[in-house]
Amino acid sequence: MQRAVARIAHEITERNKGARNLVLIGVLTRGVHLAERLADRIESIEGTRPATGALDIGLYRDDIGMRDPVALAPTSVPDIDGRVVVLVDDVLYTGRSARAALDALIDLGRPKAVQLAVLIDRGHRELPIRADYVGKNVPTGRNEEVRVKIKELDGEDGVELGTVDEAAEEAAR
Amino acid sequence: MIRHLLSIKDLDPEGIERVLATAATFQADGPRIMRKYPTLRGKTVVNLFYEASTRTRTSFELAAKRLSADVVNFSVSGSAVEKGESLKDTAQTIEAMGVDAIVIRHSSSGAPNRLAGWVSANVINAGDGMHEHPTQALLDLYTIRQHFGSFSGLRVAIVGDIAHSRVARSNVWGLQMMGADVTLVGPPTLLPPRVEGWGVETTADIEAVLPKADVVYLLRMQLERGTGGTVPTLREYSRLWGLDAARATLLKDEALIMHPGPMNRGVEITADAAELPRSVITDQVANGVAVRMALLYLMLGGRDAREEVPVE
Repeated sequence: MQRAVARIAHEITERNKGARNLVLIGVLTRGVHLAERLADRIESIEGTRPATGALDIGLYRDDIGMRDPVALAPTSVPDIDGRVVVLVDDVLYTGRSARAALDALIDLGRPKAVQLAVLIDRGHRELPIRADYVGKNVPTGRNEEVRVKIKELDGEDGVELGTVDEAAEEAAR
Repeated sequence: MIRHLLSIKDLDPEGIERVLATAATFQADGPRIMRKYPTLRGKTVVNLFYEASTRTRTSFELAAKRLSADVVNFSVSGSAVEKGESLKDTAQTIEAMGVDAIVIRHSSSGAPNRLAGWVSANVINAGDGMHEHPTQALLDLYTIRQHFGSFSGLRVAIVGDIAHSRVARSNVWGLQMMGADVTLVGPPTLLPPRVEGWGVETTADIEAVLPKADVVYLLRMQLERGTGGTVPTLREYSRLWGLDAARATLLKDEALIMHPGPMNRGVEITADAAELPRSVITDQVANGVAVRMALLYLMLGGRDAREEVPVE
């Protein structure tokens, strides 16, 4: 994971010609920790640390009314007008979270550009969305589950692949 | 989440905590509460107010609008109620137009409970007679938690016209659920019947209670509900149980002064006491919007309640 974060940090600075005017915004919860780590890495490369923020997308989801309301968390985002925003999330799957994050972001200001960085791209897109920076492509089945573990939250870094019992998940829904 | 909020007792401590935590996310960064979210697009909330209200109705309206719900304000004057239409007929008429939530205030205790039995929309009690006002209790709990962080061991003194107060009932039960100690203060004529069963202390001596209290919560003298007959004069009430700046000096440094509004300035609280720095009366109003947004999100943001109604 560290190598993937380091590589993405290099790609971000290369593509944006430095860290100036850059804001890294993590999608809650794990994306926020990844955004902080990317910011640390970029600081060690460029000498300046880009601003970071945390974005909660609960109020922008497209499945409101189809499941129990998700728990909300506080959003805190610095000024994004005219800046290049890199949205950071742990897993890119259907693209629906990224869509919600884009809407939430655009309600907060008018960034110069928005780029998407994800640690894992597991495929199965349902919307025309792609990531600009990918830590690792992991081909998965729809009945599988990808769980990113972050030291700050889960005690260790890592990615877990598991099988979801669809019947149980359907019942839980 | 619950389908109706008729009483604060419809929620358990975890449910209350969930509402308060959700409300906090709306206030987490300043500008966020001022903004509009697409969350409840296509949902309709009706404010059905059979009694006068400034802050509760406005607060519900703003909360619903900030979540992009459509809001219809129904007030009795100018409606078919003046032609004698019953609550049931009014409710069924509104329901037939397709609404998702009905926020009701009524002068009769229990009206929201009856309403909930007639309609499939979510019903939220915005104050019924002398019974309950659960969203007021939620915003008061939120305001208290904002300052103290938790409830356990907090001593809350509720002063005044408890007998006629729906705010007092919802607050006593909500505070007890969250682990606070409640003391009711006022003349015995303004204590409710069978108060012994409430599990609270009662006293007539406000000056003995103030030095120990973390929160002093003053209730409005409800002159429209017949409070006038229970005390000799309002001046005497004010002298014995009202909070003025001098009496407020008995409070601990960190204690809060609260009032649900509208205030009878000079009766239960003087203007200078209401404007002390420790008074959080305007915070209560501001927090009301965030708390009601949280409640609407949690109640209407789930699966469509109307689809879950069993066929009778």
